Amino acid sequence: MSANSAVEPGRAVRERISPPTRAPKKRLPPKIAGRSMVGLVWAGPALVAYAVFVVYPFTQTVRYSLYDWDGFGSARFVGIENYRRVLTDPQLAGSIGHAFVLIVFFTVIPVGVGLLCAAALSRVDRGPVGGLARAVLIVPQILPLVGAAIAWTWAYSSEGAINQLLRAVGLGGLARPWLADFDLALPAVGLIGTWVSLGFCTVLLLSGVGRIDKSLFEAARLDGAGHFRELTTVLIPGVRREITVCVTVTVIAALASFDIVYVSTGGGPGTETMVPGVEIYRLTFLSQQVGQASALGVALTVLVLAVVLPLQWLGRER
Amino acid sequence: MTKRWSPTHMMRYALLLALIVYTLLPLISMLTTALAPEGSVPRGLEWPSDPQWGNFRLAWREADLLPLLLSSSLIVLAVVPVSLVLASFAGYAFAFLRIPGRRVLYVGFLAGLALPLEALITPLYYQARSLGTFESRWAIILPLIGLFMSFGVFWMTNQFKSLTPELQQAAQLDGASQWQIFRHVHLPLVRSGLSVLGILYFLWTWNQFLLALVLVSDPHHRTMAGALGTFQSQYGTNIVLLCAAALIVMIPSLLIYLVFQRQFINAILQGGLK
Repeated sequence: MSANSAVEPGRAVRERISPPTRAPKKRLPPKIAGRSMVGLVWAGPALVAYAVFVVYPFTQTVRYSLYDWDGFGSARFVGIENYRRVLTDPQLAGSIGHAFVLIVFFTVIPVGVGLLCAAALSRVDRGPVGGLARAVLIVPQILPLVGAAIAWTWAYSSEGAINQLLRAVGLGGLARPWLADFDLALPAVGLIGTWVSLGFCTVLLLSGVGRIDKSLFEAARLDGAGHFRELTTVLIPGVRREITVCVTVTVIAALASFDIVYVSTGGGPGTETMVPGVEIYRLTFLSQQVGQASALGVALTVLVLAVVLPLQWLGRER
Repeated sequence: MTKRWSPTHMMRYALLLALIVYTLLPLISMLTTALAPEGSVPRGLEWPSDPQWGNFRLAWREADLLPLLLSSSLIVLAVVPVSLVLASFAGYAFAFLRIPGRRVLYVGFLAGLALPLEALITPLYYQARSLGTFESRWAIILPLIGLFMSFGVFWMTNQFKSLTPELQQAAQLDGASQWQIFRHVHLPLVRSGLSVLGILYFLWTWNQFLLALVLVSDPHHRTMAGALGTFQSQYGTNIVLLCAAALIVMIPSLLIYLVFQRQFINAILQGGLK
């Protein structure tokens, strides 16, 4: 466990290879390892675990998605009918639409505000206050999303903290049970995601800003760049990689959200906050439409890939 | 130095303070609520005149929290070490050994990073029933190990790849076995990367909700997040006890976070930077 084991093995090997080897460097074997089956043995356990609990279940999901099946009785092959319904059924298509709305709250706001905060805070970042802030801002990432959802559900309720604050500043007219409001429930749920993502994005972007060469800022200032120019010409290009990471992680969290929505609203009121994750759960376990749930699952996977893959490509290009 | 207390500087501290308050607000609201007299209708943000610290004891008893903590810990103790070992072996193989179809296999692992758990949950349910693990902790443990392989293999492969191949060649020339080279040369050098992975695995296990919700109904066999979900449906109307129980459930992760704060922050930042 301690530091000495890091030294020990290196030394052990060096001692064993220390007698000056007579074999000249050119004679090193071109391929590092011997027979190819050895590698397969090493990777085997991980491959098996992955194949049994990820790959195989996914092939099953694809198979189920082509059938009309209640999970118990006999299944009827329906081809792409379930997929057609994902696109045409208002509730199913609506859940996908809601997932995209959540991207605004899980990704756009946290990355945008995070960037502004990182720009403003890059100079107070160091020192005890910065350290404390960093530690606190990461806390929402440590807590289970279920806990975040419970805390916010209470904060949004009639007697909760949000309404109390509104009344305190004289905006009591706006007070309402937010999660029961047909128009505002989705943004309210989204803002729970904002709370979870904002600190993570801010701290990650701050660490990126810290790596930007200081002379670039000076050069920009000498050129007479204002804060805005500085942001667009130095800061944002400098943290391009961090932005890609924030966007990727939070977009997946938005599209595949489950915990926050399930605990705070369960998809309601009505289906105003229904998202694909909760809809899949509902279809399989509450209304026994396994085929339909599976088609939505495959559609969700394709959607995540379609959004995430181009992001990776954008992040790499330079 | 002279600019230390300039207005812009003060503005920056104000912004920092606002961010901190925003982050803590819902948690503070939970605390003040948990301290209100039980059975009362508490206000969201108001320090109670007579804080009822006994509510925490009550919640601990009512919600039977000790077995829940044990259950979560057992799941973590099974998932984290096994996942770390499997991911290290596979990462080592992808970095240094020859594997037939290696690129395809590697991309196959990577694809799992974008695979939402919801797309697997229905088959995992039927699988758990047929394996006979349904309603037991194994129903959570086994799939989690499989699910963790995507990130773990990716992470460990990169860790091993960052080492120089000369080490491997030198040790091999010397006649050390593959296992010796792995155990005594390479593994010690990726120890910090391994601990980052361990921290992330711990968090992802402790906070896993969907698997617990679907595969295990008894909270005594669930993860902590799963147990929290049970509370919410049980005590949804008793907001005081719910807040007290939820806080207790979140304390272990917070404590571990306080102790390993630097490592956690590194883990979350590096884990994000995939």
